[in-house]
Amino acid sequence: MLGLHAIDLARFQFAFTVSFHIIFPAFSIGLASYLMVLEGLWLKTGKDVYIKLYHFWIRIFAVAFGLGVVSGVVMAYEFGTNWSGFAEKAGDITGVLLTYEVLTAFFLEAGFLGIMLFGQARVSKRLHFFATCMVAIGTLISATWILMSNSWMQTPAGFEMVDGRFEPVSWLEIMFNPSFPYRLLHMVLAAFISVSFVVGGVGGYHLLRDKEDKAARKMFSMAMWMAVVTLPIQIMVGDAHGLNTLEHQPAKLAAMEGYWGPKSGETGVPLTLFALPNMETAQNDYALEIPNLASLYLTHSLHGEIQGLSSFPKDEWPDVPLVFWSFRIMVGLGMAMLGIGVLGLFLRWRKRLYDTRWFHRLTFFTLPIGFIAIVAGWVTTEAGRQPWVIYGLLKTVDAVSPLNAGSVAASLSGFIVVYAIIFGIGIYYMAKLIRKEPMGDVPDGGPGHERHPKRPFSVVEQELDDEEVRS
Amino acid sequence: MNVAFDLPVIWLFLIGFAITMYVVMDGFSLGVGILFPFVKHDQHRDVMMNSVAPVWDGNQTWMILGGAGLYGAFPLAYAVYLPAMYLPLILMLLALIFRGIAFEFRFKSNRSRPFFDTVFSVGSMVATFAQGVVLGAIIQGVEVVDRQYAGGTFDWFSPFSLFTGVALMLGYGLLGASWLIVKTEGGLQRRFYFLARPFAILLAVAMAVVSLWTPLANSRIFDVWFTMPNMLWLAIMPIMFLALVYSIIKGIIERHEKLIFVKSIALFVLGLIGLIISFFPLLIPPSITVWEAASSSKSQSFLIVGYCVLIPVILAYTFYSYRVFKGKVRVGEGYH
Repeated sequence: MLGLHAIDLARFQFAFTVSFHIIFPAFSIGLASYLMVLEGLWLKTGKDVYIKLYHFWIRIFAVAFGLGVVSGVVMAYEFGTNWSGFAEKAGDITGVLLTYEVLTAFFLEAGFLGIMLFGQARVSKRLHFFATCMVAIGTLISATWILMSNSWMQTPAGFEMVDGRFEPVSWLEIMFNPSFPYRLLHMVLAAFISVSFVVGGVGGYHLLRDKEDKAARKMFSMAMWMAVVTLPIQIMVGDAHGLNTLEHQPAKLAAMEGYWGPKSGETGVPLTLFALPNMETAQNDYALEIPNLASLYLTHSLHGEIQGLSSFPKDEWPDVPLVFWSFRIMVGLGMAMLGIGVLGLFLRWRKRLYDTRWFHRLTFFTLPIGFIAIVAGWVTTEAGRQPWVIYGLLKTVDAVSPLNAGSVAASLSGFIVVYAIIFGIGIYYMAKLIRKEPMGDVPDGGPGHERHPKRPFSVVEQELDDEEVRS
Repeated sequence: MNVAFDLPVIWLFLIGFAITMYVVMDGFSLGVGILFPFVKHDQHRDVMMNSVAPVWDGNQTWMILGGAGLYGAFPLAYAVYLPAMYLPLILMLLALIFRGIAFEFRFKSNRSRPFFDTVFSVGSMVATFAQGVVLGAIIQGVEVVDRQYAGGTFDWFSPFSLFTGVALMLGYGLLGASWLIVKTEGGLQRRFYFLARPFAILLAVAMAVVSLWTPLANSRIFDVWFTMPNMLWLAIMPIMFLALVYSIIKGIIERHEKLIFVKSIALFVLGLIGLIISFFPLLIPPSITVWEAASSSKSQSFLIVGYCVLIPVILAYTFYSYRVFKGKVRVGEGYH
């Protein structure tokens, strides 16, 4: 199979399916909270524009939620189909955390999502708002379980080894393992930021169409506030997360910085702006560096040292160029987003926020920027912990299922084709919804009516393709 | 051994319950897709899909609950079965994705509706067949060495597993037809009465073949069923089977609308009980028991809290949504 081993294909398949998947839960997490804020503001102020925006975004939320459920089912099975060594050795811990996530999602879908999507005509305003809050909190709890499980794999705690298997000793230590709080905060903020750029982008699009559109102005303004407030916090949280990584996964951090070790006659770690990390020669080619800057933010002293990659055995190095560059993409996009946020603040101060067409165009083109940063960030942390799947304890090679390359190649091509079709249709459909005018009325019929199915997509009335007379 | 307080055995029943719920409930949803080729009229197909549209994804979530529960409570079974059944399981997942998306988009499309019809129907058939193949392959047993699957890529492929694949298609077809008898009326309902009969007869034959094939191919199972005194009290199983088949066919001829569906479910439950009798306490035939495959008691007891809180809630919600959507589905009504 082109010289690829089953393990490479399995890793690629997992990376592919999980990268696709993460976008939709991130979208749901951020959008659910945004919907909660919108409905809360509507209840408090009674202003029409908030409920119109609520109705506009809830349809998009429904589709994103539905696609997230579909791609999530695959994830739940992949741990067994492709990573049976991991499932068998660590299932006592990760299986339990994952099952709790499934139960949470279940509880959500069973209880509150139906009321949120379809209950507006049937229950009191307060109860409906309560349901929206529960859905928003529920998405956060779901994220918590998943990130507990992932963080435990990065910084394992609260377990004992019995016959080569990981058995739980303290659930509290497992759940609140050392990297969990940082990862959770970083990811939730990332979801909020990504959604603020989607909302801002859609707002920008509708401002280009009609700059007097009240709903477009409102969502654009809210998104720009959100961006400028959350990005500085995110940068601080990201920094703290980096220090946590330095403490628990020093080899990953060295790869992120592209730092091989002190050069002769120098002290301190430089900030490497650009380089082509060369794993053969254990140095950076074409490096552009700012001396001692990384020492400053990593150790808070100009000449502080960290462990370079050279102090780790070569077979415990991650893929350095991949980690180095995905990290730079994430940080670079983060800085770009901060720039857009600050620009928005400046235009607001000059009272030009709703009149600056190039800025609206810019926000529209950067609509997916947050999601790209999220995927780059996950590539950094997941590729950075290689060759370990449970850091320092279980190698990825020992976690993979005993499958041959042919089977995995077959499934991988299946996933690529199916995801391309399914998510192609899904995203095309979402784009159709986004183009609708946000101040438009919600059509009659459907949601909230007797005997209408209570499932995510049913909330949406938009047709997928054009009408044609049917025989 | 005190079975009443044995955590792994309790878990076996919890997961068994989730799987039974899945088989019965998604069974009739998939069955509707299997019957699609027998019904040509576009509006009739609308009615068929409308009858399951409100509930199908709730039905399917039982599979996720069963799968995730298996991972947490019996990680060894999860880690052995999933790679052993790799290709059929991946095929099933892809088919279920297609089926699900076809459900969502068929009602939102006009020109592309025939496309989504085909996707829905083929997706349902492929998913069912793959599930049947997996069932057959599990009955046959898988090779395990050092707590890992040790067989080949195509071990699941055998005449027996292909046969169970077809048998499950017949079974879900019967569930689908009897569900549609409850949900439709007039000419369309007569169509499903007409279709239910051959499905019932063929399913009965297929179940009888599997029931004989299994003990004849496996001496341990043969001993369970055909030694005294087991044979005496286990004789109740074939007697119940024959009685159920007889009354299903009689019900179809005499047009007992609702009872056919209930009895078809009973037939499935009977089959699953038969499997448990054949295999308990083995979880991974031929050698690994429920206790050997269980996760540590700390894992199982931590997880059981969540399960015991959630299952009643889910059952209550399921009951509620079936009540909301009860009654006949008519042309041009309901789902959009």
